[in-house]
Amino acid sequence: MSETANNTPFLIGEGMTGGYGGADILNGCTIAVEKGEIAVIVGPNGAGKSTAMKAVFGMLKLRKGSVRLGGEDITRLQPQERVAKGMAFVPQTENVFASMTVEENLEMGAFLRRDDFRGTMEQVYALFPVLRDKRHQAAGELSGGQRQQVAVGRALMTEPAVLLLDEPTAGVSPIVMDELFDRIIDVARTGVTVLMVEQNARQALEVADRGYVLVQGGNRFTGSGADLLANPEVRSTFLGG
Amino acid sequence: MDILNAFVVFANFVLLPALTYGAQLALGALGATLIHGILRFSNFAHGDTMAFGTAITILATWVLQAMGVSIAPLPTALLAMPAGIAATILVVLATDRMVYRHYRVRKVSSVTLVMASLGVMFVMGGLVRTVIGVDDRQFADGARFVFTAAQFREWTGLTETLALRSAQVVTLVTTAIAVIWLQWFLKKTRTGKSMRAFSDNENLALLSGINPERVVVIVWILSATLATLAGVLYGLDKSFRPITYFQLLLPIFAAAVVGGLGNPLGAVVGGFVVAFSEVFVTYGFKKVVAYLLPAGLQPDGLLQLLSTDYKIAVSFTVLVLVLLLKPTGIFGGKSS
Amino acid sequence: MSVATRNLLLFLVVAALIVSTGMLQSWNAALAIVNMGLISAVMALGVNIQWGYAGLYNVGTVGFVALGGLATALVSLSPVAGAWPAGGWRILGALVFGALVIAAAVFLYKRMAKGFARIAALAVLLVGGLFVYRTILDPAVAAVEAINPAVQGNIGGLGLPVLLAWPVGGLLAAGAGWLIGKTALGLRSDYLAIATLGIAEIVIAVLKNEDWLDRGVKNIVDIPRPVPYEVDLQASERFLSFISHFGADPVAASAITVKLMYAGLFLVVLLVLIWLSEAALHSPWGRMMRAIRDNELAAAAMGKNVTRRHLQVFVLGCAVLGISGAMLATLEGQLTPGAYQPLRFTFLIWVMVVVGGSGSNLGAVLGGFLIWYLWVQVEPWGNGLMHLVTLSMGDGPLKQHLLDSAAHMRLLVMGVILIVVLRFRPQGLIPGK
Repeated sequence: MSETANNTPFLIGEGMTGGYGGADILNGCTIAVEKGEIAVIVGPNGAGKSTAMKAVFGMLKLRKGSVRLGGEDITRLQPQERVAKGMAFVPQTENVFASMTVEENLEMGAFLRRDDFRGTMEQVYALFPVLRDKRHQAAGELSGGQRQQVAVGRALMTEPAVLLLDEPTAGVSPIVMDELFDRIIDVARTGVTVLMVEQNARQALEVADRGYVLVQGGNRFTGSGADLLANPEVRSTFLGG
Repeated sequence: MDILNAFVVFANFVLLPALTYGAQLALGALGATLIHGILRFSNFAHGDTMAFGTAITILATWVLQAMGVSIAPLPTALLAMPAGIAATILVVLATDRMVYRHYRVRKVSSVTLVMASLGVMFVMGGLVRTVIGVDDRQFADGARFVFTAAQFREWTGLTETLALRSAQVVTLVTTAIAVIWLQWFLKKTRTGKSMRAFSDNENLALLSGINPERVVVIVWILSATLATLAGVLYGLDKSFRPITYFQLLLPIFAAAVVGGLGNPLGAVVGGFVVAFSEVFVTYGFKKVVAYLLPAGLQPDGLLQLLSTDYKIAVSFTVLVLVLLLKPTGIFGGKSS
Repeated sequence: MSVATRNLLLFLVVAALIVSTGMLQSWNAALAIVNMGLISAVMALGVNIQWGYAGLYNVGTVGFVALGGLATALVSLSPVAGAWPAGGWRILGALVFGALVIAAAVFLYKRMAKGFARIAALAVLLVGGLFVYRTILDPAVAAVEAINPAVQGNIGGLGLPVLLAWPVGGLLAAGAGWLIGKTALGLRSDYLAIATLGIAEIVIAVLKNEDWLDRGVKNIVDIPRPVPYEVDLQASERFLSFISHFGADPVAASAITVKLMYAGLFLVVLLVLIWLSEAALHSPWGRMMRAIRDNELAAAAMGKNVTRRHLQVFVLGCAVLGISGAMLATLEGQLTPGAYQPLRFTFLIWVMVVVGGSGSNLGAVLGGFLIWYLWVQVEPWGNGLMHLVTLSMGDGPLKQHLLDSAAHMRLLVMGVILIVVLRFRPQGLIPGK
């Protein structure tokens, strides 16, 4: 699967350089993901992991580099326009409408859709059965793991081609974390391309088709998840032995 | 019999007036709290917006009266109200375009928006006074009473009596319709839900493709409509005077804060809490108590906690108590 | 053009406006503008301390100004004969009792466990306390108000020099500011605005209704002056011989002399206050205040107690407002509670501060003079404009209505000025640092 040098990847942020005004946080970093695969960005704190993903989603202005989706250059598009192009983003925090019910959260995810989205909602409920039971409960009253499911479910309502997840397992218990990773694999199996940033590097690389280790806004190691897990340097420096 | 008499006095002087006033405050607070939920600032021009809507409605009422149009026994002002609402919507949308949008786009702090709303308040106040002057105006026509005190006494044979004024019924019915409709709108319609989503989490709403400018336009339309309703009903019940409407700002804010800023249902409850506190504290209970106590224990004083001159202090005290004890309001709202 | 020249030029423009009033209308009118301009400048300084130094939003300026006015009456009037024995002490006792009840309520609230028992105990204490308070207060108030009600009916004052009322007014307003700041500071900024709006309304209500205190809406009209009366000047040989050098009319000259004396007093206060606030602004305390204003979170992270600093600055600003209120009542020689309109004494002051430049003391002074000048002049301009507009109209209700509406031009113009300045020059004419 790494033999794709000739084909352009489905989604690629290439040579991205930029920051939030002031100093650059990203220094020529490249992130790519193939259709239907899971790519994971890992790295130490302050490496620019979340920034790299936000750059892919257009929440940060790039000084250099480009972002292409399905071969189309989307570097200049606003985040909302990228949503219309089939990208969906799940922020790390405040990623649900806390005062609204689970079902209303999903409806808001489908806000741009004018067609009948009940089928999609059924798919989300099939993917996250607990949400069906709690669909009339306010999202703010759910547990951390359930909330993350609502957040992912909301993002899936546009039937996106690419799902961007910013640290989906931050602050949830290890058991819930495993379950969330399983769900994310399930999502990828439905044909959705997944790009996520993860703090829990080991578990994330275990599920990843492709992994990026970022350091100081640049690519340090790139490879399949298994390769990176096997790489002794990556193990000792980033996975704690 | 004495208990019934006591209740009739109570209903006539406390229950009915407080219900009516509470409904008017609830409508005013709803408009203010919606603005707060979406635009995230306290709109100091809200009282003068109410005055503006009412002033235009009064003008339209005069025109209708001059043309001989009447919907008696209902007050003509109800028929004229759409004109007031439409004019108010136009004015608030214009102020949003010319004043508030500039700051919204730049994401400046809410204090700047509050300050800008002060400027708008001045301009609106000036407009209202230019259009209709500063005097007290009565514009209620149609039947004054649903039933009078004399009728009630005849029916019941009680010593005490009560009158039900049409303005009170009109207020309560209109408020009930408006609140139920708004609740339906916010809970059941796509647009209403998108407004709640925007109020709850602006960034996520943007990510979901909700158009912020559309939400803002709708919230101004709703707020202007509710403000005009509140203003006209208050004017029908009491009278219209620009300065009074400015002074309604405090009880309205108190009601919105009590219910939790940004929380519509809370604003309604807050309106009644403020109104009942105000009427309760400033009413002399001598007569009520006199019926309930045996002959030997009659009270000497009026049993009035506070003179009506200080009714403004009641909304203030309610406000301060909420700020001290539960700043997010009794139903929770935006505290920061 | 350097900043200093530009500022000087701005002040010269305002001075020229006022001088032109003197030449075109009368020097008496021009000096009246100067005096009110000086007082307005002090008010604007007070608001600027709160807003410009700390970003605190006080929408109750009128209440603190009114408290200053009350201080003038309480300090300078002679005590009303018999009022203290008739009920004055008892009123004081009632007030002390009321304060004790509230203190007890706070104590109970803190000591008792949450729940129904606490709510019930507090309700009983407060309602019962209120009834006892009224039982003590009401007869005393009636007794005081019965004394010579046509001209008195109040407890009078302490009979001290009226100038002493200026600092006292500051203290009174500072006390009220402390109470309200203690409640609303540290919460979101809108809450302070709403709370100050409320306290102002209550202060005005008290002033209007507590006849024993200040005769309420019957007004107090005999507040002593710190300067001579015009009639006394006109009767004074020295004054007459002095003005005969200029060949001036004694009546006009005496009026102008009195106004100049007031202007001198006000100027001293203004200069002292400017000097104090500039010194404070450049002290370590002032630097910290500005740091807090610019980044509350960072300042709090550095261990600064933001709420406490805010309380200090809020109380100081209120004190300045109280002083200005006392100066105003002294200038007018009367206390008319009905005249304390929020539009005039809250929102107009805000326009002064915003136009002058938030955070800049010089700006506040400039704004005070300029906006007061406009406030005075817009009405005749509006009248003139309306006369022009209606010149070709036949007499009728519409013409009359338009002519009447000219009076409300001020409101419109002030609102437009505020909006336009906020939008196009938010830093004001003389930007602060």
